[in-house]
Amino acid sequence: MTEIWITIAVLAVATAAIRASGPVLLGGRELPPRAQGVIALVAPALLAALIVVETVGAPEGGSLELDARVIGVGAAAVALRFGATMLPVVAIAAIATAAARLLG
Amino acid sequence: MPFAAAGLLLAISFGVVAQPLMGNVAPIVMSALLFAGSAQFAATAVLAAGGSVVAAIAAGILLNLRYVPMGIALAPSLRGGPLRRALIGQGMIDFSWAAASRGGGRFDPGFMLGATAPSYPCWVLGTAVGVFAGHLIGDPGALGLDAIFPAFFLCLLVEGELRPGLPRLVAGLGSLIALVLIPFTPAGVPVIAASATALIGLRGAPDQRPAAGAAAG
Repeated sequence: MTEIWITIAVLAVATAAIRASGPVLLGGRELPPRAQGVIALVAPALLAALIVVETVGAPEGGSLELDARVIGVGAAAVALRFGATMLPVVAIAAIATAAARLLG
Repeated sequence: MPFAAAGLLLAISFGVVAQPLMGNVAPIVMSALLFAGSAQFAATAVLAAGGSVVAAIAAGILLNLRYVPMGIALAPSLRGGPLRRALIGQGMIDFSWAAASRGGGRFDPGFMLGATAPSYPCWVLGTAVGVFAGHLIGDPGALGLDAIFPAFFLCLLVEGELRPGLPRLVAGLGSLIALVLIPFTPAGVPVIAASATALIGLRGAPDQRPAAGAAAG
């Protein structure tokens, strides 16, 4: 049990420090144009990576795992392609994934 | 908010998973202090498999390191002193950060905090429900909730961030790097490595200094 509390305490402090790092060190001032160029690209890079990891990555990490999520996100991509808005797209992803699990 | 609801169910499954290892109180404290789903699942999985405290902490930190680039991107949009900025940083979770992005590196911090606000009580409360009533509910993982977040990120990427030129290039490279690294690296590393592709922006930014070097050369 001691191990668990140590893990929780250290992770709590580390997570708060990590979340504070960018805003404290770089916030509240104008950054040079080169830094702005990098910052403008963080969202597309990170979102693309999160989509891949959360669609085909095993939840515990370390391996690829093709399961019902691929069908759900695939269905969402098709819906998006045909002009669906966000809420229907997200709902389609959840329903298609659940259906694939039920049938699989 | 569908995402607070999805978070609630995810939190329930965390409570279910963590209870046999941690008892009744620790999972709820962990959710209240960390508020970081993937790191909580990862650290718990390491401990449950008999791994060391150091390994559990390392797994959690690796997954949370993505908040460094996320915080850097958020930073120029924040006003106020360091303490205020540090507190706003605590309100970063993946979906609210992504939803607050306005493209071109600008963020709406008020929108982010507003999106985070309902998620926090849902996360803590859901964990408690999982701990105390998990055996009555069954596994929320049987639903399709884990596909909600990647589908949402896909919407944001396609409709907001995927501008022609560098953003498109970086998104393509980032997803490729993540895909290649998934089988070979611990959880968390693929996303951090992919976010490093944003450094391409160092070259792409317009150079506003006069071309003194060229003239002298």
